Amino acid sequence: MSAWFHTTLSPGDLLGLLVQFLVLSLFAIGGAITTAPDMHRYIVDEHHWISDAQFTSSIAIAQAAPGPNVLFVAALGWSVAGPLGALATMFGTLLPSTLLTLAVARWGASRKETRGVRAFTTGMTPLTIGLLVATGWLLAAPYATDRAHAIGAIALVAICVLVMARTKLSPMWLVGLGAIAGALGWV
Amino acid sequence: MSATPAAPDEPALAQPASPAELFFTFNRLALQGFGGVLAIAQHELVERQRWLTRQQFVEMLALSQVLPGPNVINLALMLGDRFFGWRGALAAMGGMMLVPLAIVLVLTAAYAEFSRIEIVAGALRGMGAVAAGLVIATAFRLMGTLRSNRLGLPLAAAFSIVTFVLIALLRWPLVGVLAGLGSLAIAIAWLRWK
Repeated sequence: MSAWFHTTLSPGDLLGLLVQFLVLSLFAIGGAITTAPDMHRYIVDEHHWISDAQFTSSIAIAQAAPGPNVLFVAALGWSVAGPLGALATMFGTLLPSTLLTLAVARWGASRKETRGVRAFTTGMTPLTIGLLVATGWLLAAPYATDRAHAIGAIALVAICVLVMARTKLSPMWLVGLGAIAGALGWV
Repeated sequence: MSATPAAPDEPALAQPASPAELFFTFNRLALQGFGGVLAIAQHELVERQRWLTRQQFVEMLALSQVLPGPNVINLALMLGDRFFGWRGALAAMGGMMLVPLAIVLVLTAAYAEFSRIEIVAGALRGMGAVAAGLVIATAFRLMGTLRSNRLGLPLAAAFSIVTFVLIALLRWPLVGVLAGLGSLAIAIAWLRWK
């Protein structure tokens, strides 16, 4: 893979990349992954800096590696333009949302017991839980619809739910179980 | 931290001693988070460290979700800020990101080699399925907080189910669901809050 050394973007292109990600940051409600289609449009369709397959594998790598999924943004930036690219996409993605989150958190904390803030958390909590189930559902779909491995995948998901509900076992054990089951070809 | 008394099944809360403790706790939980950190964050911050109750966790998560940016990063920023101001926020975010960032970049550079090995590809698939299961399991853990929701359990559960159907089955855009259904839920909560 030539990602190590290829495409040293011009300073103007790097700046464009940074600005694009700065703007997308403020639209990333529900996580950076929700803006992935627009990142694809900019990096792959419009500028042809990386291929479709490179784009998809960047996301897969970040999903497989430990840590927050937003790191797929760094993998994308690296594939486009090496270390400087990763710096541009990460900085762009995190700076606006970080400042906004801190401002809102402080504003909300000082009004924690007001009727407005209570109504907000009371109303949004059920949506948050529904959204979590939906996220898990969408993440599980590619495994559960693959006919050869559907039973193994559904069993793994069920085991996770049961173990997490009944025990305080660290989720690491389940990840290890998943790795073994997958390496054996059951999933 | 909160004026509301802890539920009987939730022991007294603890606090991190320093920004450094925040950094190392978030580093540890991030390194355990394959395919996403949220499930581990809930486990470490609520069940293990007891820095938050389940109720406080779900409220913080609700706010993280309507703000732009990665939910778990927003959650780390808010939690860090709550204990140690901006130093805590930076410590929590840095702990969550630095080491995993290095790992992702090394993997990106090495991807073409290791993805061809069938056992590795299989193990990654298995870990992906577990990551999905852990997110669903976390949702189940947090469902208990709906019992004390001021909307009442039936209405709160209905909002959860409608959100699931709109997002997962009908694939409506998230922003529209949060704005439309969210406004409705907040308006009802507002009216009930006397």
